[in-house]
Amino acid sequence: MANTAVTPTRMVLNQLKGRLKTARRGHKLLKDKRDELMRQFMDVVKLNKQLRVRVEEGLTGAFASLQVASAIMSPEMLEQALLYPRQSVELGMDFKNIMSVNVPQYSFHTKNNDPSEIYPYGFAQTSGELDDALDKLARVFEDMLELAQVEKTMQLLAEEIEKTRRRVNALEYVMIPELEGNIKYISMKLEENENATKVRLLKVKEMVLQDAHHYQQ
Amino acid sequence: MPDQEKIVFTRAEEKNGQGTSRLRIAVIGGRETVMGFKALGLTTCPAANAQEAREALRHLTRDSEDYAIIYIEETLAAQLSAEIDIFKDSPTPAIILIPGREGSIGLGQSALKQAVERAVGTNILGD
Repeated sequence: MANTAVTPTRMVLNQLKGRLKTARRGHKLLKDKRDELMRQFMDVVKLNKQLRVRVEEGLTGAFASLQVASAIMSPEMLEQALLYPRQSVELGMDFKNIMSVNVPQYSFHTKNNDPSEIYPYGFAQTSGELDDALDKLARVFEDMLELAQVEKTMQLLAEEIEKTRRRVNALEYVMIPELEGNIKYISMKLEENENATKVRLLKVKEMVLQDAHHYQQ
Repeated sequence: MPDQEKIVFTRAEEKNGQGTSRLRIAVIGGRETVMGFKALGLTTCPAANAQEAREALRHLTRDSEDYAIIYIEETLAAQLSAEIDIFKDSPTPAIILIPGREGSIGLGQSALKQAVERAVGTNILGD
């Protein structure tokens, strides 16, 4: 594991120790971030599941009513009735920060606040079933809006969790072991040098003593 | 002096554009699916087949940035997954699948499953 490209000096050792400390700290922080993101994510997933079921049921109901309406009225009449909308929707969007992930928050305004204004036609030539269908659709639409917000949040959180998880894994299984390996390599090399120096000194001392006093061991 | 005023004005406009600006919602789907939404004041793009839906989606996402939410009928979205995936990681637009006239075919749930699989690494919902 030890990368032989590192130079075994005390300075590099100190640098590597500093980096290891930073990596450990970063690893801990990212792990905490991942756990918190995951907790938020599971809440969002639960909400999304409920909303999805509600929207699908609501839409199926609304479409069924619309089907009935289109069976009663002629296609041309139906088309004409819905051709020119009286209502118009404006969407406001803000961003909310969840663990540094910017998720959209929608707020919506209709131009006409009167709920009865959703019918863009006169009542004389249309059937009651059409009113019913539009009413259902208008009601399910609020859920649809929330679903859009929740689903986008879910996707953005999923992306962030994936990224964070990769970073945590990279630190845990690559960066930190590599740094540790390098530190071990350098400290062993330094120790070895130290031993070599000690032995050399002993040898030199012996030689000097022998030279001076014809000292024999 | 007038130059300065102009700059201030454009900045205010930009800020407004990024904040709570007036955005719109679009629906892509079969003619009958889309019809009802028109009465609610949404932008509707009737599409008879995947090709038309693809063009509508391209038109909505490329030519203007006004659309924050795009609802697409499941049956059409099934063939547009590559295009839809592009927008998964960007904050806007949100592309949401809705069931068509024939009822749900379960594709809407797949977005949920995909996200969970992506985040956790495996499907922990048990379905």
